[in-house]
Amino acid sequence: MATERDRELLAGIGEDYEERYGFRDPEKYVFKPRPGLDHEIIDIISDMKGEPDWMRQFRHEALDIFWKKPMPTWGPDLSSINFDEIYYYIKPTDRQGRTWDEVPEEIKRTFERLGIPEAERKFLAGVGAQYESEVVYHSLKEEWEKKGVIFLDTDTALKEYPDLFREYFATVVPPSDNKFAALNSAVWSGGSFIYVPEGVHVDIPLQAYFRINAQNVGQFERTLIIAEKGSYVHYIEGCTAPIYAEESLHAAVVEIIVKEGARVRYTTIQNWAKNVYNLVTKRAVAYEGATMEWIDGNLGSKVTMKYPAVYLLGKGAHGEVLSIAFAGKGQHIDAGAKIIHAAPYTTSRVISKSISKADGRSSYRGLLKVGRGAHHSKANVVCDALLLDPESRTDTYPYIEIAEDDVEIGHEASVSKIGEEQLFYLMSRGLSEEEAATMIVAGFIEPMTKELPMEYAVELNRLIQLEMEGSIG
Amino acid sequence: MASVLEIRDLYAGIEGQEILKGVNLTLRQGEIHALMGPNGSGKSTLAYIIMGHPHYEVYSGDILLDGESILEMAPDERARAGIFLAFQYPVAIPGVTVANFLRQAVSAVRGYTAQKDEEGPVGSNLIPMREFRKELTEAMQLVGIDPSFARRYLNDGFSGGEKKRMEILQLAMLRPKFAVLDETDSGLDIDAVRAVAEGVNRLVGPELGVLVITHYQRILNYIQPDRVHVMYDGRVVLSGGPELALQLEEKGYDWVRQQFGNAVKA
Repeated sequence: MATERDRELLAGIGEDYEERYGFRDPEKYVFKPRPGLDHEIIDIISDMKGEPDWMRQFRHEALDIFWKKPMPTWGPDLSSINFDEIYYYIKPTDRQGRTWDEVPEEIKRTFERLGIPEAERKFLAGVGAQYESEVVYHSLKEEWEKKGVIFLDTDTALKEYPDLFREYFATVVPPSDNKFAALNSAVWSGGSFIYVPEGVHVDIPLQAYFRINAQNVGQFERTLIIAEKGSYVHYIEGCTAPIYAEESLHAAVVEIIVKEGARVRYTTIQNWAKNVYNLVTKRAVAYEGATMEWIDGNLGSKVTMKYPAVYLLGKGAHGEVLSIAFAGKGQHIDAGAKIIHAAPYTTSRVISKSISKADGRSSYRGLLKVGRGAHHSKANVVCDALLLDPESRTDTYPYIEIAEDDVEIGHEASVSKIGEEQLFYLMSRGLSEEEAATMIVAGFIEPMTKELPMEYAVELNRLIQLEMEGSIG
Repeated sequence: MASVLEIRDLYAGIEGQEILKGVNLTLRQGEIHALMGPNGSGKSTLAYIIMGHPHYEVYSGDILLDGESILEMAPDERARAGIFLAFQYPVAIPGVTVANFLRQAVSAVRGYTAQKDEEGPVGSNLIPMREFRKELTEAMQLVGIDPSFARRYLNDGFSGGEKKRMEILQLAMLRPKFAVLDETDSGLDIDAVRAVAEGVNRLVGPELGVLVITHYQRILNYIQPDRVHVMYDGRVVLSGGPELALQLEEKGYDWVRQQFGNAVKA
C-alpha cells in the first residue's frame, strides 16, 4: 500500500502531457544511420549489436516476410505510415547503466522528469529504461538476483544467456504471425527479458519504461518473459514520447511463457503522444494450472492496434484480459483480446472498457475460440463502451468460435452515454459538470484501476482527468 | 441571522407544458415545512426547479436565497450556496465508492476544491482524509448506515430504503442551509420510513430548513412540521399548522379537489 507521501510524490504524473512528457532532448546520439529499411540496415543493426549469425539470419528472413505481407486493411487507417522515412535504429549511448549515475546526464534527466528513479526506490523490484532503440538503464534488486531471477534488456540476455534465449525466442510470436510482428523481428532492439525460476514469487513489480525522443523514429522493442513452474511476476510498462509534427512508429512484440501453476501479470499504461502509431503483438501461452493476466490501458497514440492474446494450452489454465481505451480527438484505438482455449477445464475472462470523446473512435475486436477437446471450458467477455459526446464513435467486433458442446460462454456488450441524470445528481452535490463527468468516467473504468498497484491507479486516474479537461461545455 | 429561501410567484414547466402556476412559499433556516398534495400537483417539479434541473424552464417569478435570485446558478453553484435535494429516485454511479464521492462532494461544497493549488500534491484540494473519515463514521452512525457502505458503489444495487438513507447521509455530510426531501418516504415500508425520519430528526436544528415533500401523512408522524402546505394544480392552495396534515389524512385529497379544483380551472 502506498502512503500519503508516496501519492504526493506521484502527484505531478499526468498533470499535463505537453509539460510532463512533451519535452524533447537534443539528439546527441552515438549512432543514427539513415532512414529507410533494407537488408543493409539489418546488417548494420546486427553488426552494431555483435549478434550471433542465427539472429542475423532470423532478421533477414523476417524482413522478407514483412515485405511480402500486405498491410492489414481490416482495422484503422494505416495508409499514412511512410516506411521509407522512419529511422529503424538509433543508438543513444555507448553503454548501459547499472546505476543511474552511469546514465548520460541528459537521458537521466529525462527519466528523472518522468519520475522513474524515484519509483524504483520506492516500490519496484527492478527497472529497465529504454530510450529510442536501446535500453540505457537496467537494474534488479539484489534479493531477486540471488533467487535466480533474470531481468535484463533483451540484447544483453541474448549475449549472456544464449541457450535459454534461443529456446524460447519467437516461439510464441513467429515473424510470420503478422506484418508488424515481422517488422519487429527484422529490426527489434531493446525490450525486457525476464526469467523467474521455479517457485519464486517476485512480489513487487518489475517495471520498464519506454521513451521515444527523436522525430520519425521507430521503436521496436522485444520482450520475452519466462515464468517457471509455480512462479509469479508482475511486469509493468509505461510509454511516452514528445509531440512532433512527424509521426512515429512503435511496433513491439511481447512473448510470455507461463509454465505449470505459474502466474504472470503484465500491465501496460500506454500514453504515447497523439502522433504515434502503436501496433503491438502481445501473446502468452499458459500451461496446466497457470494464470496469465493482461492489464492494458491505452490512452495515447494516434492509432493503436493491440489484441493481447492468451493461449490456454494446459488443463485448468486461466487467462484474463482487462483493458481500457480512451480515444480522444483524432485517435483511433482498436484494441481487444484473443483467448484460445486449447485444453479442458480452462477459464478466461475479458473485460474491455472504452471511452470515446470528441471525434475519437474506439473499437473492441476480440476473438474467443474454444478448440476441440477443450471441454468444460468457461469464458466470459464483457465490453462496455462509454460515449462522451455525439461525435464520438465505438464499434464492437466480437468473433466467437466454439468447437465443443460442453462449455460455458458468456458475452455481454453495452454502449452508454454519460447520463444527464447522473450529471445532475452529482452536480446537485456541488461537483462542477467537468468534475461530475470525470467521476462518472473514473467509476466506469474502476474495474481496471482496482487491479493496479495504488501508484498506477493514481496515475491512470490523473491521466483520465487530463483527457477530460475541457471536454464539457 | 437565519437564511431565507423564498419562492415567489413561480411559473415553470417542462417542454412548454406549464406545471407550476404561481407558487409562493417561504422557508426559514431552522423551520420544517411539509408540502403535500396529490400526484401530479407539481411537488416534484418544484423540487427539481429549486435544485436547477436543466430540463425545466422557469417562465416567470423567482427563487431567492437571502434576497438573491438563484435562477441563473447551475446546480453545483446552488449546492455550494447551501441548497440540497434528497432525490425521490437517487441515481446510481457504478464504480464510484460512497466514500470517494462524499469526500469530493464535501470538499466542493466546503470550498476545498475552489482553493485548489495547481502545484499542490494529490488531495490538496480535498478535505483532509483523517478529518473526513471521522466525520463520515459519525454521520453514518447518526443516520444508521452500516460502515461497510463507505466502500460500496454509490446507490449501485441499493434497496429502496438504502438509497433513501444514503440521501440522508449526504444531507448530514453536506450540511446545507436548506434541504428539500422529495418523497423520501415513497416506496418504503413503515420501518424504513421511521428509520429515515429518525435520521432526518437528528439533523434538524437552527442551522437547517427542511421542506418535506410527501403524498402521505405518515412520515409526518415522525418528522414534526412547523407548517404544512397543500399543493394543487401547480399552486400552494392551503397553508396551516400541523393539524392540516391530519385533516388531509382524514378527508383525503378529494376534499381539496372539490374546494379548489373548479376555482383553479375557472
